[in-house]
Amino acid sequence: MNFKTVKHSIPKVDANGLMRGLPAYTDDLTDENALIIKCLRSPHAFAKIRSINTEKALQLNEIECILTHKDVPRIPITRAGQGYPEPSPKDYFILDEFVRYVGDEVAIIAGRSEKSVQKAIKLIEVDFEVFEPVLDFEKAENHPSIIHPEKEIYTMFPMGLDAQKNVACSYTNTMIVGDVNKTLAECDVALNHRYYTHAQQHVAMEPHSSTAYLDYQQRLTIISSTQNPYHTRRIIGEALQKPLRDIRVIKPRIGGGFGGKQQIHNDLFSAIVTLKTGKPSKCIYTRKEVFESTFTRHEMRFDIQLGADKNGNIHALDIQLLSNTGAHGEHALTTFMVAGSKLLPMYNKATALRFEGKVVYTNRCPAGAYRGYGAIQANFAVESAIDELAHKLQMDPVELRLKNSIKEGETSPVFKVMGEGGEGIEQKMESCKLDYCISRGRDLIKWKQKFPFLKIAPNKIRSVGTAIAMQGSGIPLLDMGSAIVKLNDDGFFNLLVGATDIGTGSDTILTQIASEALDVPIDRFVITSSDTDVTPFDVGAYASSTTFVTGNAVRKAAENMKKKIIQTGAKIWQIDEKQITFQNGILKSKDGLKTITLKELSEGLYYSFAEDMEQLIASGSNTSPKSPPPFMAGFVEIELDTETGKIDILDYVAVVDCGTPINPNLAKIQVEGGVLQGIGMAMFEDVKYSKNGRMLTNNMMNYKIPNRCDVKKLTVELAESYDPAGPYGAKSVGEIGIDTPLAAIANAIYNAVGVRIRTLPLTPEKILNGILKNEKR
Amino acid sequence: MKISLNINNQKYDCQIEPDETLLNLLRKLGFKSVKKGCDTATCGVCTVLLNENPILSCSYLAVRADGKNITTVEGLGKKADAIIDAIVNEGADQCGFCGPALILTVYALQKELKNPTMEDVNRYLAGNLCRCSGYEGQLRGIKKFLGVK
Repeated sequence: MNFKTVKHSIPKVDANGLMRGLPAYTDDLTDENALIIKCLRSPHAFAKIRSINTEKALQLNEIECILTHKDVPRIPITRAGQGYPEPSPKDYFILDEFVRYVGDEVAIIAGRSEKSVQKAIKLIEVDFEVFEPVLDFEKAENHPSIIHPEKEIYTMFPMGLDAQKNVACSYTNTMIVGDVNKTLAECDVALNHRYYTHAQQHVAMEPHSSTAYLDYQQRLTIISSTQNPYHTRRIIGEALQKPLRDIRVIKPRIGGGFGGKQQIHNDLFSAIVTLKTGKPSKCIYTRKEVFESTFTRHEMRFDIQLGADKNGNIHALDIQLLSNTGAHGEHALTTFMVAGSKLLPMYNKATALRFEGKVVYTNRCPAGAYRGYGAIQANFAVESAIDELAHKLQMDPVELRLKNSIKEGETSPVFKVMGEGGEGIEQKMESCKLDYCISRGRDLIKWKQKFPFLKIAPNKIRSVGTAIAMQGSGIPLLDMGSAIVKLNDDGFFNLLVGATDIGTGSDTILTQIASEALDVPIDRFVITSSDTDVTPFDVGAYASSTTFVTGNAVRKAAENMKKKIIQTGAKIWQIDEKQITFQNGILKSKDGLKTITLKELSEGLYYSFAEDMEQLIASGSNTSPKSPPPFMAGFVEIELDTETGKIDILDYVAVVDCGTPINPNLAKIQVEGGVLQGIGMAMFEDVKYSKNGRMLTNNMMNYKIPNRCDVKKLTVELAESYDPAGPYGAKSVGEIGIDTPLAAIANAIYNAVGVRIRTLPLTPEKILNGILKNEKR
Repeated sequence: MKISLNINNQKYDCQIEPDETLLNLLRKLGFKSVKKGCDTATCGVCTVLLNENPILSCSYLAVRADGKNITTVEGLGKKADAIIDAIVNEGADQCGFCGPALILTVYALQKELKNPTMEDVNRYLAGNLCRCSGYEGQLRGIKKFLGVK
């Protein structure tokens, strides 16, 4: 299909300003007199504050405000930035008498200089009653220590919260298709293995930041590095018991999110300090605070049963899942459910499916949203198991996947049974090029020449491995986005969207969609996003929703504007609307007698059309019963050193079906960035704790993210695909890239040396131990 | 204490604290292109040029910069154009937080290394971490810009 603006790789609309370092991020925009906020944080993994004395600290010069749990409203909330009613337990208080992990907030201190605040922190005297912490998530249920003994916590709908047992939610007896036990027993080949995925840190380059002030109308304005300004406004209103009309949340530019900013963090502290003092304040986290006191990916344990007949037809898949949500249950239920809902439909030929499990509290850094959101964890377990099944069947793992994976026009019963937080919605795959992605990726990596391995030196083996993935495009009938288009004199448009560009380029692709729909050159648009006073509602940047959900809202708004422009032409020329065209920004009568440029039209509307003068403004909102999944096949080639167990990534091939890429360059970078984050998680990113529950990997020297020497090559291709439900055929692309590296690399290691690692990360130690163990046999 | 330094060819006389970092001083003076990312001299987003050489301003005391020439992206002006184009034409700027530091380091690389290989480029830029792009797109652009085969 031919488009004028869409499917073109234009530079990002904000590129130049950001690369030149113009003030754009939260900390660039703070008032220079803003009070500095820092927190006194818990040194204990689980304790109760017996007493807290702030007198000495308050006497310091420059200290303006110290808040403890006695000074703040006690309203149970969830910090998760999600729709409403929230699918996460309301188990968080701004400050509490309990501290539930090392780094948990004990007190909030605000002062006029950073040094005075640091000094004040040291002068606060706290007497803790220390409890035995729950650090091992497999021992959390029914542990003698109860992490949330408080009476007030609740859920907005039933999700199996059982705080007395440290269970945040549970999900059983629902996602069952067919008779799993019976079908498994009838299978020629069956396997049953346990897999572990570890926590991961987002490590967005910009630390979590917020600033607050009261405007001249005494309204609270919060500038925050948030992925969801509207949810932030709602949650802060709830926590501080303020009407939402008194709160404005602005998201400026954000230095990366990846889910890490899909919760409220220090925005709440800035808000409460400004309300208490009446003064502007700011809270910019240190990297240590980002590591210890924001969120990680949920650690998970999977028990997978998989069965097939001897011809490689998969008949049964059973997933029993235990997830670790840490000290609070943000995103606990939904990440858990996505582990099933974004995985099971991929193997839709199976007639028996089951997905069950629990999410437990522990005294660790809370877990929250992170790109991949459950799907990546399940991908490691199931895509490893698929390869193990292929090995048992003596079948090529690529053939096994081609045979069993979902195809265009097909469906899966899972879509209906489970969604995110509750029931899902049935949907048919109107676009699914997964089979193409698999076969194209197989060619690009030269699978047939390289599978399973080539020995290139006495101690060096090269091998290949694969995994496939699906994600979603927003949450059906829960996510909503909207847009406003406004015509100004000089013939340019404001495009107002609530959508949240967190570095993904959504401001750019939404402008491209508006330009395409209105048929006006892209330089005639100015986009403003994410200001709750100015822009229309949007759920925010999560669940791979913006391109699909907000993109269609922008398209509707632009099409409505086009109608209004044509109606205006009909009025001023006194002819029928059908006799008018609007193309490339020029309004014409079909007979060619009348022509008016957008500049002339807009000036007439503002100044000279007399009774026809009008502000043209159009809007569009969108929600969808569909969430067409993007699909991807990942292929890796590794070089493994059999003496050290070290592996190098020689090439990672990703072939992705994201529908029409609105901006092919940006779509490709989303995949490349996702793949590298996945490789980081697979190989060396690991959140480690001391035996007392203190995070050992609380800085970027100990927590290693990939640098540019760690991977030799990434090869990303986008499949030709068009989904009729998406704007100009587009589906999402933000998350899918991260899902496959875990299993693909694990499978490549097995193909190289016959070592199956079922516990992430895939470290040289585990590989070498496996090699040595195999040699002993 | 008082120091005097040249920032982007302008003289600045500054009153500083003895333990103040160059990063804090530059941000205070309005050079917001210099970012604070990790506090441990690991991520590279605070990179500036000190007498033409890239340094990490988060771990460099302001007092040491007394009498020195500092360049930030604001000071590169038109000299940054081609490097910026190289990155943004690939869409590899993404969130932009690490961008100004990368531009400066590529600028320094171009001056320092003659006929670099891709491996030289990767090594030179290894301290400039990016969490969004996966590096591949940045390298496509930088490769074209430097004419590396």
